[in-house]
Formats: sequence, C-alpha cells, structure tokens
Amino acid sequence: MSSILIVAEHDGAKLNPSTAKCVTCAGKIPGAAIDILVLASDSSAVATQAAGIAGVGKVLAVDNPANAEPIAAVLAPQVAKLADGYSHVFGPSTTFGKDLMPRVAALLGVGQVSDIMAVEGAHRFRRPIYAGNAILTVEVPADAKVVATVRVASFEAAAGGGSAAVTRTDPGVPLPTHTRFVSRSGATTGRPDLQTASRVVAGGRALGSADGFKIIYSLADKLGAAVGASRAAVDAGYVPNDLQVGQTGKIIAPELYVAIGISGAIQHMTGIKDARTIVAINKDGEAPIFEAADIGLVGDLFAIVPELERLLG
Amino acid sequence: MRRIMVGVKRVVDYNVRIRVKPDNSGVVTEGVKMSINPFDEIALEEALRIKERGLADEVLAVSIGPADAQQQLRTALAMGADRAVLVQTDAVVAPLSVARIFHGLIEKEQPFLVLVGKQAIDDDNGQTAQMLAALWDRPQAVSCSKVEIGDGKATVTREVDAGLETLEVDLPAVLSVDLRLNEPRYVKLPDIMKAKKKPLDTLGLADFGVGDAPAFTAIKIEPPPQRQKGIMVKDVGELAEALKKKGLV
Repeated sequence: MSSILIVAEHDGAKLNPSTAKCVTCAGKIPGAAIDILVLASDSSAVATQAAGIAGVGKVLAVDNPANAEPIAAVLAPQVAKLADGYSHVFGPSTTFGKDLMPRVAALLGVGQVSDIMAVEGAHRFRRPIYAGNAILTVEVPADAKVVATVRVASFEAAAGGGSAAVTRTDPGVPLPTHTRFVSRSGATTGRPDLQTASRVVAGGRALGSADGFKIIYSLADKLGAAVGASRAAVDAGYVPNDLQVGQTGKIIAPELYVAIGISGAIQHMTGIKDARTIVAINKDGEAPIFEAADIGLVGDLFAIVPELERLLG
Repeated sequence: MRRIMVGVKRVVDYNVRIRVKPDNSGVVTEGVKMSINPFDEIALEEALRIKERGLADEVLAVSIGPADAQQQLRTALAMGADRAVLVQTDAVVAPLSVARIFHGLIEKEQPFLVLVGKQAIDDDNGQTAQMLAALWDRPQAVSCSKVEIGDGKATVTREVDAGLETLEVDLPAVLSVDLRLNEPRYVKLPDIMKAKKKPLDTLGLADFGVGDAPAFTAIKIEPPPQRQKGIMVKDVGELAEALKKKGLV
C-alpha cells in the first residue's frame, strides 16, 4: 500500500492552497495513506489548517527557528529523514517545491518526477515536457521511493472538514548554516494571488505603458480577479516580473482568463492551456490567441475594456 | 585558479515547433536545429561576466550528451569559455546521474561556483542544480535573476512566486539561473575561429561510475490535447452577455 508524505507550503501563518492540491493528486493513488509535513519556526497555525484538509491521516509538525524561512538546504535533510517509511514524497510544483524536492530526492538517492499532471498508478504518472508541447507517461521502478512535484494547475484543492491528528516531531539531523535568508519583496497588492485565483485578467504589450495597464487593474478589481501579463509586457517594464504568465512565468488554470492585447505566443499559451474559459480581446483578428479562445472579440482594447467594465457593473 | 563550471545542454532549438513521433516513442529530432539550452546560455554569459569583472580566472563549459554536443561546446568556447569537457554518451542521462557526473568533475576541477540553467527546455525537469548541491553538500540558489560575488560568499536574488527573494550563500555554491539574469552575447566570427584552438576534452560515463540505464521508464510520449476553437462575438455588448450566460461574471 502507498503511504504518501506531502511537504506543506506556507508563509509561517497560512497554508498555501498548493498543499491541498497535492492532497488531491495523492488521493488519486488507490488506497493511499496521506500525511502532511509542516516545517516551521512555530507550526501551530499552519498544522491546524493542514489537519483540516479532508483525506489527511496525520500531520507531522517540526518546530525549529532554522525553519523560519523556506531554505531548501535547511529543509531537505529534515524531509529526507522523515520520509523514512513512506513510499512517496510529494511537494507542489511551485517555486517552493521546485527548489526543495530535487534536493530531497538526491539525498534519498532517487530520481524525481517533475510536474505530475495525472496519476495513472502508484508508480506511473503523466507529465508535460517541451513546455507542454508533449506529454510523457513515465514509470518509476516499483522498488524505488517516489519523489515528485505536483503541477498545481492540474488538480483542484481537496475539501476541508478533516480532523487529522497533529504530531510534533524532531528529525534530529544536523542543519547547514551556509545559506542565509536576507529579504523578500513583492506581492502585497491586496489582489488575489495569480497562481491560485479563479479569475485572471491579463494584459500584453498592446497596453503600451505602465499607465495603459491601469485599465487591466481596474477590470480585474471589478471582477475580483488577479492580474497577469505576457512576457512582452513584463520585458517592456509595464508590470513586475511576478505577474508573468507562460512557460517561463506562472502556469495557471483559472475558471476565467481574459487576455487583453496579448497575441498568444506559444510560450504564453503554455501557461494558460488549462484555463476553463479563455476570453481574448485583440485588435488583430489573425492573432494566434483566437485559435485557443472560447470567446473572442476583435477591436480597440482601450474602447472595449472600460465599456466591458461598465457593462459588468 | 578561481574556476567557474557551467553546464551546457544540447537541446532542440527553442524556435522549433515540436512534433511527436507517430509511434509515441519521442519527439522528432532528425534534421531539427539544435542549440545550447537557452537557460544554460544565460548561465554561461553570467560566468563570463564574472570573469570579465576580474572575479574568476577560468570558465569551464561541461556538456553530457552525444558526440554532436561538441557543436554546442564550440559555441560556448566561442562565447568566451576557456575550456570544455564533453562527457560523451548517446543515452538519455537522468538529472541525478548528471548531478553525479558534475560532482565527480567538481572533485577534480575544484570550482568556486557552478552555474546551470534553471531547467532544460526539452525534458523540463529543473532538478540538476538542486541535486548537485545536495550531493556536494553545498548551498543552492534556484532561478537567480541577480548574482553578486563577494569575498567567500555570494548574494543572489531569486525569482519566486511571491516576487523576489534574496539569499546569502557561502562559496562554493550551485546557482541555477533564470531568464532575466542577463542577455547572452552574440558570437563573432573571429571568436569562432579562435574557439577551434581551445581545449575540448572528451570523457565517458564510465569515468564517473555512472551507468546508462534510465532511472525511470518512458512509457509513451503524446501530443497534448488541443483546445476547441470557440466563438467570435461582434461587440462588447455581446461579450458581456456571453460571459453572463456562461455564469463567469
């Protein structure tokens, strides 16, 4: 039988929704027993939230001041130690999990399955390669521990209502001090998080300037949506890097994605192909974005977007 | 000798439209343009800039792949790398094996810094830097967008979901680089001629005690499901109606 340990992502106070998505992924493995590991300086708030996810057997909580910031070199030896006895160790394919999990896999002497998008068996998974332009079905040897990251855009968050027990534990392994946290900046906009928002309004180079982007923010606020951008808009300096959607930015799967003045380069489409409904507004009727859009409108975005905001009011 | 080691992977050029083979055994690579993995090119550029600032003496470019990967290493030498090593194999080498090979080379070459791309654009694994740092028991910084080399340590800024994160790492360390770190230079013709005379050594997997059996079995490779083409509306009023009808707003 499979026993799966999921490494929780959190900011010290709040559990990231990516963790509940990993639980859903793990739950696709028949008969899996699912535990969550919370590594923190003070795990109490986060461990309680993790214990509330339906389908979780127990929560392992490690309190250590060294875990105040998610430094992969510090967390990895603890995860590797506590992975003992588990058949699988999962983390989210967010920047947190992408940083941590390969280090865990190497400490355990096994490979890693990156970006699970579908589970076909306890050791067989589907994952995107070539920026999602091909899908690989891969099998891990039956006798190897499975270390993997879960593509969060491919799974819904598991429901709440659970009441797992929380167990404090101490892995008792030496931790390195060669990597030190200095600072973090960005993302205090008060808007929904781009990675997990159910609605996203995104703008491209056609917005013309940071000032032009204001109509994107305004429509997003009307819809309660997160704001995204194409790489072209980010490179032009209209918006910060962390708003970039696409192969080299964030890969998202909102219910509604509104692409405004975005032509739809392959690398952008890679980031949104799992969106439920794609709406495209562009002045160029030949733009590739219209090939993938569920609803398309050709026209001047500076006239359309404020009018759309008014009509939805 | 203050040495920087850079990983250079040969991949299908990023401008090539990928086609999956009809028998689902892989993607078509015959007759397709191959290039340095673009993220590795950025890693190499950063190594060269660090050397040009007088903070390193030598840049060593390393590739693991078929004999033809010499082309990418010659390009790396033309960009300005001093020396290259090809660990030659026709097998698909998994990231953990890549990390073991790099770790073996590190023992011999003693670099103070290893730079690689954050992922290769073919298998999209994004694992090599982290695995190497684990085996070497050294710091890692993934998806770097800024690197400052100091005395025995480096300050690096990483692109994370929440924005930017800055870490201080003791050297030696392994850094994987992101898109916005720099813009790689263009290679000039005289540099291509000069690169032909630079040393390029070839080793084998056996030199590192690494086998060529795959860690995982690739069952099949398929094209992704295509989205259905949707409807076009003629004005913003129709758009608002369509969104309301679908219950999206």
